[in-house]
Amino acid sequence: MDISKIDQIIDKHDGEASSLIQILLDIQSEHNWLPKEALKRVSEKLQVPMSRIQHIATFYKAFSLVPKGRHQVHVCMGTACHVRGAQRVLDTVQEVTGVKSGETDSDLKFSVETVNCLGCCALGPVMEVDGKHHGNIAPSQIASVLNNCE
Amino acid sequence: MSEINLQIDGKEVVATEGMTILDAAKSVGISIPTLCHHEKLEPYGGCRICTVEVEVRGWPKLVAGCIYPVEKGLVVRTRTEKVDKIRKVLLEEMLAHAPDSEELKALAQEYGADRDRFEKHPSFCIHCGLCVRYCAEIKKKNAVGFVDRGSNREISFIPEIAAKECWDCKECFPLCPTSALQAAYVLAGALMTPPEEAHSGGCGCSCSCGSAPEKQAG
Ligand code: SF4
Ligand code: FES
Ligand code: FES
Repeated sequence: MDISKIDQIIDKHDGEASSLIQILLDIQSEHNWLPKEALKRVSEKLQVPMSRIQHIATFYKAFSLVPKGRHQVHVCMGTACHVRGAQRVLDTVQEVTGVKSGETDSDLKFSVETVNCLGCCALGPVMEVDGKHHGNIAPSQIASVLNNCE
Repeated sequence: MSEINLQIDGKEVVATEGMTILDAAKSVGISIPTLCHHEKLEPYGGCRICTVEVEVRGWPKLVAGCIYPVEKGLVVRTRTEKVDKIRKVLLEEMLAHAPDSEELKALAQEYGADRDRFEKHPSFCIHCGLCVRYCAEIKKKNAVGFVDRGSNREISFIPEIAAKECWDCKECFPLCPTSALQAAYVLAGALMTPPEEAHSGGCGCSCSCGSAPEKQAG
């Protein structure tokens, strides 16, 4: 991990303690997780105790304290998607990526996560890959979508 | 400071501005149970065991006595049927987490709370935050904090800080309403990792969460 990148992110937010969450989000999107070295740096520079950073980093689902894959796959398991076959979508995603929900593969390519309602139930069942929604997805289409990821 | 007249359990009480209902009640010898309150710490209002009924413009409302400021003409009732029931259920929920806490057991007796009402979930911690707040506010060491959220929330020591600071302090132990057990338990795990090696957290895995040393101790 390049600590000067972390410093840049911190400086971009003027080292303000009130920007803590924004800084953590930036580090998260840069590295796909929050390495401990980075958190230590943030704690020192912002003068925010590690205990508080740890509390925030474990509170929000957007943060991860373990390395995540380059591609985030979210399968909606909300009620509307559930009745439209979300389970089969999830099964197929798990089969194609080789990991269960909540896990990341060893090449750090995919992280799979289930979510409860992405807020677009009319499109159900929905799979989201790196923020892009794939509505009305049929299990047979999943492999091709995921194989398009580098 | 101006004087404020209010009524608590039928007694006329003269309080001063800035006092809470709890302070005012104490000044006339009326006791309200508390769990997360501590005189030296900032108001918190986490456990709600101090819930009392107040009447505001004729409307009854339930508030946390340890943080609600006194108001002129306020009518407070500390032991109504509703209040007692709320305290009872809160105790039952907390007892599912810390069934052997002496403090909880004593309160349970007073409010007729059934220790076995809810399925046991012995995490020992009732999230009163006394240890976390004491360490941050009084000792300014921030050696212990909360992690996760909701029912998964738990306390976690920062191993690097704990290894340096906690051994000679341990002032949070007697504060814990669920006996010092939990704190000691977690701390022991944290101290097992010497500071140089603590970069991988206390649990021995390669993640950098720095948490959950207690899992290893169990
Ligand atoms: S460990 Fe004890 S003092 Fe600390 S938050 Fe939990 S119950 Fe409160
Ligand atoms: S249930 Fe899937 S988007 Fe609402
Ligand atoms: S003592 Fe008032 S909320 Fe805990």
